[in-house]
Amino acid sequence: MPTPVLEVTDLVKEFGSVRSVDGLSLIIEKGDILGLLGANGAGKTTAINMILGIISPTSGTIQVFGRDLAHERIAILRRMNFSSTYTHLPGNLRVWQNLNVFGRIYRVPHLKRRIDEVLELLGIAQLKNRVTGDLSAGESTKLNLCKALLNKPELLLLDEPTASLDPDAADTVRRLTLRIREEDGTSILYTSHNMRDVEEVCDRVVFMHEGKALRTGTTREILDHFNEQSLESLFIRVARGGVIESSAPSSES
Amino acid sequence: MTFSTVHALVLRNLYLYTRTPVRGIELIFWPLVDLLVWGYLTIFLQSHTGADFPHQITFLIGAVILWDIMFRAQQGVALYFLEDVWSRNLLNVFSAPVSNADYLASTYVIGFLRSAVTSLLLSVLAIGLYAFNIFQLDWMLLPFVFNLLLFGWALGMISTALIVRWGPAAETLAWAVPFFLQPFAAVYYPVDALPTAVQWVAHAIPCSHIFEGMRSGLRDGVVPWENLAWATGLNLLYLAAAGLLFTRVMKTSREKGLLTKFVSQ
Ligand SMILES: Nc1ncnc2c1ncn2[C@@H]1O[C@H](COP(=O)(O)OP(=O)(O)OP(=O)(O)O)[C@@H](O)[C@H]1O
Ligand SMILES: [Mg+2]
Repeated sequence: MPTPVLEVTDLVKEFGSVRSVDGLSLIIEKGDILGLLGANGAGKTTAINMILGIISPTSGTIQVFGRDLAHERIAILRRMNFSSTYTHLPGNLRVWQNLNVFGRIYRVPHLKRRIDEVLELLGIAQLKNRVTGDLSAGESTKLNLCKALLNKPELLLLDEPTASLDPDAADTVRRLTLRIREEDGTSILYTSHNMRDVEEVCDRVVFMHEGKALRTGTTREILDHFNEQSLESLFIRVARGGVIESSAPSSES
Repeated sequence: MTFSTVHALVLRNLYLYTRTPVRGIELIFWPLVDLLVWGYLTIFLQSHTGADFPHQITFLIGAVILWDIMFRAQQGVALYFLEDVWSRNLLNVFSAPVSNADYLASTYVIGFLRSAVTSLLLSVLAIGLYAFNIFQLDWMLLPFVFNLLLFGWALGMISTALIVRWGPAAETLAWAVPFFLQPFAAVYYPVDALPTAVQWVAHAIPCSHIFEGMRSGLRDGVVPWENLAWATGLNLLYLAAAGLLFTRVMKTSREKGLLTKFVSQ
């Protein structure tokens, strides 16, 4: 069996007395799209930040491309990228200037051409010379995605990529996510509060609650397990404390 | 350290200054105000003290210029980090393949460029307005100026480390840190002018040796090697300590999630 692109084992993060991530394990194979689902404060962003090396785990290991993140951070980050609705590219630079800066940091070959390509891909080629700070929330989300795709990452982390998008733009992003997986074999970790995103885009879902993975599997498997009709109703049930079943065997193990 | 990464990070800041030229005002405005105030004060004192006017007072103008070289270098380093905080770009940078060394190197380049702009401008104005030619100190000045840059970088790195550690509320440290030291830095007066009890503080700061050295060089026309040696030695110590502090703070920030707090606050 080939080495997984991402393998997280028993990941724990404590901030003082708060356990934000509590024994999370997950695996992403090449070309997999894995959804991280969970209520506010479930620990999704903290998990992503640990995979990016911005936060160090209290315990547990993170292997990316078969290498240990704690020891080979820079080499690993070169082959990854990330986008979140809550980070922005510098507002006082022009769109192309921002992409030029990050393209160089990620050592993207034929950068000029690649910048045009990603802008085209997100359908915002006409914004190339605009000042980044003047973009609408949705446009700037798309620009963040351009930055995230610049280096053709083998592992892409998307933290709520559709959070500020209108239904049309959200649909574009969902289709784009599937397309880059299709074309480049990109592996993707995807968090969202939009159940539609998760159902349409993700092959498998990790359902998180209070830092723990309640259940991992396809949407169907998870719904069957909890005997629910939709992810949304399951989500609400969990968020309101209706399911305390973290000890249930996961479909993977 | 990777050259292309440093280049990219420097480029990000150059775009900032060329895109929003108003940022450049800060490089020119405050130093100019200082130069005018201290320059005219010097002229005023000169005209009221007659022929026995102490030579050192002329050096006030020089001191203004040189202090600013240090201050701009320090700010170049500290503001660099804050720019990314203000534009919510921090996580993009720190989730990218950027090592501590890449990051620090690019802040140094920006610190150097800022100092170069300010010092060139002030030097030209000082010649024009007060016929004070800082270049009359000729090549002797260069190693001292270089030492000021080194100290500015070290202080900038320390400022950034403190801001990362204490969070957004400590932003003002970017401006304040050099001024904590100024009373002991012998910028406008010699170390002797300080009470004996605190003179050791002055001696522990590279700045005091730099300014003392330049005053004595100006007075006697010989290179004060001893001052130069002290300044350089202390600067190397400060740079090493600041580098260690920065690396430690970055490690702590990963443990405590400090960088992500800049995004949410
Ligand atoms: N740097 C930090 N210091 C202290 N506590 C933190 C820090 N970062 C996150 N937390 C806490 O960890 C928990 C998980 O937060 P996290 O941001 O990972 O949740 P999330 O699942 O991404 O939520 P959301 O859906 O709202 O984005 C929260 O209780 C939060 O308060
Ligand atoms: Mg989150």
